[in-house]
Amino acid sequence: MDNAYRLIAGALTTMALATSAMVVLPYTEVHRLKAPEGLQPYSASELRGRQQYINLGCMTCHSQQPRGTESGVDGSRGWGRPSVPEDYVHDAPPLLGTMRTGPDLFNIGSRQPSIDWHLGHLYQPRAYVPGSNMPAFPFLFEHKAQAGEGERLVSLPEGAAPRTGVVVARPEALDLVNYLLALDRTYPAPQQ
Amino acid sequence: MGWPVFGRHRIRATQFSMSIPAILASTYIISILGLFVFIASLRKGGTQSRPDGGNVIFEPGEIGTVEDPSLDRPGRRALQDSLSATDGTGADPNARTDMSVRIEGDRSSRGVALALWGSATFWLLVGSIFGLISSIKLHHPDWLVNEAWLTFGRTRIVHLNAVAYGWTAMAALATATWMLPRLLRTPLRGAGFSYLGTVLWNIGLAAGLIYIATSGNEALEWLEIPWRIGVLFAIGGALIGVPLLKMLPRARVDHLYVSVWYIGAALFWFPILYLVAKMPGLHTGIEYATMNWWYGHNVLGYFFTPMALAAVYYLVPKVIGRPIRSYDLSLLGFWTLAFFYGQVGAHHLIGGPVPSWLVTLSIVQSVMMVIPVIAFSVNQHQTMRGHFGALAHSQVLRFVLFGAVMYTVSSVQGSMQALRFINNTTHFTHFTVAHAHLGMYGFVAMVLFGAAYFIMPRVLDVEWPRPRLISLHFYLVVGGFAVYLMLLSVGGWLQGTALLDASRPFIDSVTVTWPYLQGRSLGGLLMTLGHFVFAWHLCLMIGARLGLSRRRAVKPLPLSEI
Repeated sequence: MDNAYRLIAGALTTMALATSAMVVLPYTEVHRLKAPEGLQPYSASELRGRQQYINLGCMTCHSQQPRGTESGVDGSRGWGRPSVPEDYVHDAPPLLGTMRTGPDLFNIGSRQPSIDWHLGHLYQPRAYVPGSNMPAFPFLFEHKAQAGEGERLVSLPEGAAPRTGVVVARPEALDLVNYLLALDRTYPAPQQ
Repeated sequence: MGWPVFGRHRIRATQFSMSIPAILASTYIISILGLFVFIASLRKGGTQSRPDGGNVIFEPGEIGTVEDPSLDRPGRRALQDSLSATDGTGADPNARTDMSVRIEGDRSSRGVALALWGSATFWLLVGSIFGLISSIKLHHPDWLVNEAWLTFGRTRIVHLNAVAYGWTAMAALATATWMLPRLLRTPLRGAGFSYLGTVLWNIGLAAGLIYIATSGNEALEWLEIPWRIGVLFAIGGALIGVPLLKMLPRARVDHLYVSVWYIGAALFWFPILYLVAKMPGLHTGIEYATMNWWYGHNVLGYFFTPMALAAVYYLVPKVIGRPIRSYDLSLLGFWTLAFFYGQVGAHHLIGGPVPSWLVTLSIVQSVMMVIPVIAFSVNQHQTMRGHFGALAHSQVLRFVLFGAVMYTVSSVQGSMQALRFINNTTHFTHFTVAHAHLGMYGFVAMVLFGAAYFIMPRVLDVEWPRPRLISLHFYLVVGGFAVYLMLLSVGGWLQGTALLDASRPFIDSVTVTWPYLQGRSLGGLLMTLGHFVFAWHLCLMIGARLGLSRRRAVKPLPLSEI
């Protein structure tokens, strides 16, 4: 069965080549990178929010990788400078994303720093951005007669608010918004 | 600004400038050299350069005889007559071909094949429903929003995993397991490993989908299922590969047919890919992303594609009763695919925060992929030349050839999409989604449907109860797929154009896609209906086998019938 050994040898060779090029070499280039000055580690709430972002599949529609002028107009949209590997040292894994059904969110915290806007937008995106096809996330909120003590009231625009009672944010919504606000890489890129 | 800082940067810059050409050149040159060494060694061995190598899948005296178990007796005769009329090389009516080896082989694999096909069909329905829900949600974003498990970000991931690991993977494994006894001319051995692998795979998938829907995911595309559950895919896949190892030493062929190469390599590659990708604590930072696309593209190139190509290389010659035109070309196609496909994945990261040498390497290899694709396409076309009339008779051939053509189209399109100036427009848009469906559905799924129609009558020993349902299935999925592909490609391209125009607000890139997303749901609905027709027909067939059919007696199809 000479052929079978050749087959396995060949399959191993090609797999080894591919793995060294795309897994091993990139690892050696990035595994020692240090966090840039200005990039803070996530707080506990932000980390929980990051998990919400992952679990709800936000990266199905949102990227986190602004690009340079050779690849588009991300800078003119206010999405930030091109991201560099150092920006992701606290992200395991980085949430680069492959779709822009919605905008890039790598610097959404600096572009839209309002907690109220984010909470309301998660509750009903079309109340803020007509034409948006982002899903509403009503299950991150509670609709009740009145807010209890320490609960975060969501201020909603006319039409989006329920006729009676109030909408309060569940802790998951607050964590998620904290994470979105932490997405702010406006510090200068570390020099290469 | 002190010396250390300056010094550190200088060292890094030097390392970087030295490493780029060195790494690029070495990886690329090793690929090319390795390819030539392999082809040379194969030729030197004298066992592989064989113009008649494609004959090994035919029994002595069988060449010229069609095989399409999805046809009834008159249908088979019509197919046979149409082919004999075109080239005059019909089967010798007096020859009595000994089919005992094949009959024994078909018997040995039927249980495993049925278990895997049944599972695959079930997950096809689950995946289709979740795909349709996801599609509708993109233009009805306030539909089904009250439950977290039904939010778009979850239904879409459930869809991908159900169709990729449920339908496609298990249908591919079913086809491979069923073909191997025929390809090696020895009965299936170690079926117990296959059954166990099938059970583990199903458990892993069910647990994985429930986890994604209710709890979360691992934030890596194609690798969303956590390793504690997903490891069952690697184990299950490896177990399903064990019979091949047990059969190889007992193979009664003088050389291994090209389909065995593809199947053997794929069964070997998949567990490695999955284990490396999911190894806990191994990956870091941006390397996660390069690893993600190493896996994400190689599960296509090193698993789904070779499995489907193996089926095409077997089914087309069998249906028309003529061996593959150039056997050497088919092996060249195999090795070029093996050497080039492995490194194409970083074209998903063009313009992203990853080393630029890596992206360049992937673009080069993506373009090199044109070679195996052309090798395959030319070969298939040469094999079919003069015999296209068979399409009028064989439904299996329709599915398989449609898939083969879509392989060419999707691969050429993929090579183009890796070029920077096209990638800038298509990346991040629905165009990529359309492209993914061109490959995974237009190519792989269509070939596998064809394989199912060929295989199941042999597995169950009965004819397909209602042949018209096969036609209905074909036209529903081809029609739906055409609508899906064209609308989503156009919508995605317009989306990309809007994204690249700084004078247009971002929301333009969303609103421009709405009508196309609605049309895509229509296409998806037709495809889903086609899948239900397929599943229903399979149920009818199993019912007929069990004697449950009340409408009419279904004709048995004894294995001894060619």
